[in-house]
Amino acid sequence: MAGNEHGARPRSPHLQVYKWGPHMAVSILHRASGDGLAIVGTGMFLWWLGALAAGPDAYAAFIACVWHDPAGGGFHTVTNLLGKIVLIGLTWAFFQHLFSGLRHFLLDTGAGYELKANKLWSTVVIVGALFATAATWVYIFKEALNG
Amino acid sequence: MGNGTRLGRVRGLGSSHHGSQHWLQQRLTALGNILLVGFLFVSFLRLPMTDHGAVARWASNPTVALALILMLVSIFWHLRLGLQVLIEDYVHGDGTRLLALVLLNFYAIGGAAYGIFAIVRIALAPAGLAPGGM
Repeated sequence: MAGNEHGARPRSPHLQVYKWGPHMAVSILHRASGDGLAIVGTGMFLWWLGALAAGPDAYAAFIACVWHDPAGGGFHTVTNLLGKIVLIGLTWAFFQHLFSGLRHFLLDTGAGYELKANKLWSTVVIVGALFATAATWVYIFKEALNG
Repeated sequence: MGNGTRLGRVRGLGSSHHGSQHWLQQRLTALGNILLVGFLFVSFLRLPMTDHGAVARWASNPTVALALILMLVSIFWHLRLGLQVLIEDYVHGDGTRLLALVLLNFYAIGGAAYGIFAIVRIALAPAGLAPGGM
């Protein structure tokens, strides 16, 4: 194991020696979803807010690029699809980070570290985020279809 | 600093005693995010998002505008703390790490300021006139 060299500071054991479990997955997903929200999420939000402040034309251009272009057009077909993929990804990142964050609040109280409880709540966070994302987008697409 | 004694060698390298402050601020802004981003999420689902007039009227409501401004402060504060830890973990080399942290601070403060200014423009746009310019 690393860390026994003379004069070297102890190092964390390499990740590969651990068997992957939901607690490790939820930990790295918390970081990944948080970074996604921080970089892509705030970027999209500021773009939207700037377009909203700039007026109806700028806002219509934003909607045509990200969501739906009433005039059609090949390029916007691609960006509309990409926009929806990014928004679905951000929805998942929002729920994953929210549920995982609530789990962290619980862990902060000192509860939930027992092996079985830890595994259970890590799994609940991951499954819950996927379920909430799916439910949100079923709702959005149903609303869009009904006008 | 660094005069060869053991104390001199560790000065400036160890805990700067701001760890608990960072931890607490991350939790406080997390609570703010739950409330404020939760409000934004529900609003997005209920609003006719493609209708500029309807969304601008919503955002110019004083309570909504205040909530959006508070949300921007909360999320950009929270992301500054979170990305700081990410950079400290993964960016090695003193120079690149310092540069990454400077860029992070510029984005956190600049992004929040851009967003807050946009909300002020929407909220204070003269009645009957759509906000314009930019």
